[in-house]
Amino acid sequence: MRPRSRIDVAAGEIILSVEGVSLSFGGVKALSEVSFDIRKGEIRAIIGPNGAGKTSMLNVINGFYQPQQGRITFKGKTRAKMRPHEAARGGIARTFQNVALFRGMSALDNIMAGRTLSMHVNFLWHIVRFGPAMKEEVAHRRKVEEIIDFLEIAHIRRVHVGRLPYGLQKRVELGRALAMEPDLLLLDEPMAGMNLEEKEDMSRFILDVNHQFGTTIALIEHDMGVVMDLSDRVVVLDYGRKIADGTPDHVRSDRAVVDAYLGVAH
Amino acid sequence: MDLLYRIFLDPFVQMGTAPDLLVQALWEGLVAGVLYALIALGFVLIFKASGVFNFAQGIMVVFAALILVGLHQLGVPALIALALTIVAMLALAVAVERLMLRPLVNQPDIILFMATFGLTYFLVGFGELIFGGEPKTMIADQLYLPSGAIELKILGGFVSLQKIDIAAAVIALLMVVGLGVFFQTTRIGRALRAVADSHRAALSVGISLEQIWVVVWFAAGIVALATGIMWGARSNVSFALEIIALKALPVLILGGFTSIPGAIIGGVIIGVGEKLGEFYWGPLLGSGIESWLAYVIALVFLLFRPQGLFGERIIERV
Repeated sequence: MRPRSRIDVAAGEIILSVEGVSLSFGGVKALSEVSFDIRKGEIRAIIGPNGAGKTSMLNVINGFYQPQQGRITFKGKTRAKMRPHEAARGGIARTFQNVALFRGMSALDNIMAGRTLSMHVNFLWHIVRFGPAMKEEVAHRRKVEEIIDFLEIAHIRRVHVGRLPYGLQKRVELGRALAMEPDLLLLDEPMAGMNLEEKEDMSRFILDVNHQFGTTIALIEHDMGVVMDLSDRVVVLDYGRKIADGTPDHVRSDRAVVDAYLGVAH
Repeated sequence: MDLLYRIFLDPFVQMGTAPDLLVQALWEGLVAGVLYALIALGFVLIFKASGVFNFAQGIMVVFAALILVGLHQLGVPALIALALTIVAMLALAVAVERLMLRPLVNQPDIILFMATFGLTYFLVGFGELIFGGEPKTMIADQLYLPSGAIELKILGGFVSLQKIDIAAAVIALLMVVGLGVFFQTTRIGRALRAVADSHRAALSVGISLEQIWVVVWFAAGIVALATGIMWGARSNVSFALEIIALKALPVLILGGFTSIPGAIIGGVIIGVGEKLGEFYWGPLLGSGIESWLAYVIALVFLLFRPQGLFGERIIERV
């Protein structure tokens, strides 16, 4: 992994802030009073033991879950309730812990699906296939090909995604999220189930996305080495509560974090 | 020996000696098949986008036809009635999405399937309440659909083609081609396929499930209307038409639940198979073979291609 020059995001403006968010399913509290923020241009990691509420947190941010309490401010707009497609329209893209691709489609079509929102030409033009529709399709296709080159998946673009090995599926899923040209990219365990080489590739892509496109990234990851290398700031959850928040070095030496991961002697 | 002769040889001898009869049987089978395909198309649309087998497709056919005829009886000119019926199908699609699909989002498919049963009985009751239960005549002439027959003199005999059947075949073909192109090339079509594959992923790229559901139910409504007009013109418009939905099942099994071309080819195979079976093998078993032959054909196909002729074969790594 190449060394990363830490860009100064400490003073950057806040793109997303989560204030006092609580979420429960029946009697189970998934999140209680969680607050943190994400600054423009940073890579923000969310870590914690299994069942800490990390994925729930992402689901709240992109509107899959509606929190019972708390507020979320994204790009200056505070909202009580936002549905997933509205979040996507607002510039939030995501990937999933257990890959969620369109299995009946090729890698190319999957990534093209990420452009759905930015296509505006009337579908009647699409049926006739020339004029504005053709122009639009070509423009979007060019953009998608750039992403395909960037992720080095040109050789599999016509392959149905169900046939791809897991590591490549994750890459296609990242490509689909990138095709949305998001302001905030949520990655749910982008390296789960990967071998070392695949992890290194994925880390490189994440850093490049952050550097080249300036995309703000929030990621959940279990591999502490990866988290420490990639992220600018880390928020730690345990049993739905926030127990630490800060730079990787700060979090690593935090007593509560060590206890949460290793267990406390009673 | 005699039985074997009658099953395996005699029908083909008959086909050879009276080719005009064979052509007539093939033609009638083709037309019936095209009409089955139209019904199957309505199922395929909704199944593709939501994985739900819409039991209500049959009654939607009746309902659309009833609205059309009912409006005309009230003195609305035929073409305006047609336009209003299309609007009514849009309203139905919106209502189904709001009142039925949205509250049941994320429920297992079987729950949604049961909900379409509920919708069926609601539409039966609602339709009877408004339009009454007696059969009505389709306003085929007023919609400029041709009537009468063309007599062709070929192969030393006569073949008669009903003009309405020709119109039905043409309209069905246009709808299939139109929907096929719509699904393959348009942005909404791609979104529809995306929703069919994964709701979660579709939402995450900004596709609105609500909008897609309205689009597919509306499209299924339009297909139902076309089916209602064509079937209604051949017999009449009554609640008994609902049964044709069951005729679509073997077509779907044959063509694959997710394939538009599959629906049309499956329909034609079933239609032609039924008619040939009835003409040539029917007398052997007494008549009535038509009511079950389609299912037998579908069953035989299932043995060899469980995913249907054109069904998507989802390949997954294990």
